[in-house]
Amino acid sequence: MKAIETKGLTKYYGRTRGIEELDLSVEEGEIFGFIGPNGAGKSTTIRILLGLIRKTRGEARVLGMDAEKEKEAILREVGYLPAEAAFYAGMRVGEALDFSARLRKKDCREEARRLCERLSLDLTRKVGELSLGNRKKVGIVAALQHKPRLYILDEPTSGLDPLVQREFFSLLRERSEEGATVFLSSHVLSEIGRYCRRAGILRDGKLIRQDFVDKLTGTGAKRVTLHGASAPPALPGIRDVRQNGASLSFLYSGRADALVAALAGLSFDDITLTDPDIEDVFLHYYEKEGS
Amino acid sequence: MTLFFHEIRRDAAKLAVWTAVIAALLLVSIVIYPQMTAEMAEMGDLFSGMGGFSAAFNMDKINFGEFPGYFAVECGNVLGLGGAFFAALLGVAALAGEERDRTAEFLLTHPVSRASVVAQKLFAVLAKILILNLVVALVSVFGALAIGETVDAGLFSRIFLGYFLLQTQIACVLFGVSAFLSGGGLGLGLGTAFVLYFFNILANLTDDAAFLRYLTPFSYADGTVIVAAGGIEGKYLVPGLLFAAAGVGAAFFWYRRKDIRA
Repeated sequence: MKAIETKGLTKYYGRTRGIEELDLSVEEGEIFGFIGPNGAGKSTTIRILLGLIRKTRGEARVLGMDAEKEKEAILREVGYLPAEAAFYAGMRVGEALDFSARLRKKDCREEARRLCERLSLDLTRKVGELSLGNRKKVGIVAALQHKPRLYILDEPTSGLDPLVQREFFSLLRERSEEGATVFLSSHVLSEIGRYCRRAGILRDGKLIRQDFVDKLTGTGAKRVTLHGASAPPALPGIRDVRQNGASLSFLYSGRADALVAALAGLSFDDITLTDPDIEDVFLHYYEKEGS
Repeated sequence: MTLFFHEIRRDAAKLAVWTAVIAALLLVSIVIYPQMTAEMAEMGDLFSGMGGFSAAFNMDKINFGEFPGYFAVECGNVLGLGGAFFAALLGVAALAGEERDRTAEFLLTHPVSRASVVAQKLFAVLAKILILNLVVALVSVFGALAIGETVDAGLFSRIFLGYFLLQTQIACVLFGVSAFLSGGGLGLGLGTAFVLYFFNILANLTDDAAFLRYLTPFSYADGTVIVAAGGIEGKYLVPGLLFAAAGVGAAFFWYRRKDIRA
């Protein structure tokens, strides 16, 4: 069974495009990255999966259930962390978490206390007085405390300091090892590259590529960095040229012998060739699809 | 019932303040009644000579010199208008407030159906209105007994039932409106309560505007009319209940289909 499956999923807000013909497939037990810039349709997709908004057409199934018709059953099995977590202002952290647990008809006090300890979150603080990062922590605990089968996380690390980010991903890995599925929406490409098994790239409301992260990065291109060079060689297949101080780097797709021949005519001190990182891959698909 | 009790707890301070203010104002009105009785005969003459003004507030229909008449007028001023504003604020904020405060996303991603959210929020609004009216009624009865007046239980019940129904109607109609809003609505709520109050004054002033009585709950809930007629007028109450039912129906219909704003 797929954890998430959409077919031809489309959403229009009046005449404005949300997402179009989205065919998404997330396997149970995997950590799946959902990449795209702001406005690409990531949150729209998530909001349909959670039943917050209604699709215009197409099909959306979560854990084998219809996202509209079996919404409550789905939400029992899902932990959701919104991009901007908001809570009832007068509540204390413990009360907000307890309210969330009671809405699920579960006693999650022990797990909540454990998670708060790991994330250094004070249960007695009022949520209205919390910083963005601490509010995010409350959202994380609310999404994790009932140990759901599927985690849907929208920009989960925004506002979190690096230490908490590390602890958060360690928690996600533990849950994934226990069999849970993680659907991670982000524009922080390095996290997708580091933690996800597969990823989908969203552009202007359309899923332009969905594959294993390893395969996505294996685009055939290499990042070439020349130290001490001022201009790239005149060669087809070169793109994304970046000048960083004395270093010049570019992505190259093409034959290696042609590159070596072109570099022979240039003056530079050193050269490194690396596989492109996920940011390069993202730009690759964006430029390719955009042109 | 988790959401129901959450709603009651969340608005406890607001409920306490509104209840205390309305009950205190009404109690003061009752306590000063004995000192005013001596002047009541003159005031009665004065009001009867004020023509349209007295008619606008139905003061021409009652005997101002007797406690029920006096109480009906004071109740209309304090509980009528104050209760209407309170009910309007509760009703219009019930569903829209979640989107305004951005808590809708938190609430609606829990395994609670939209219909259940609407039902629990509606019952919470009605419970808060009921609590306010019960406390105000109890304080009023104790106040009346304290100044040595006899309390006609039937008449008092009808007066307070009238105001409870008025507040329920306003709250239910605005609850329905709330389902269509994505934030705010405070001005709309207060404005609606005031316009409905004004409709009743207009209807009392001129027969050309008499049809407005079918639109405003102040027509059937006016304490002075209840004292004069002995009860709530069904011909105005029935449309009022239909408006309330339409508001609730609209809330259930629309909120279950609504796209929740991010």
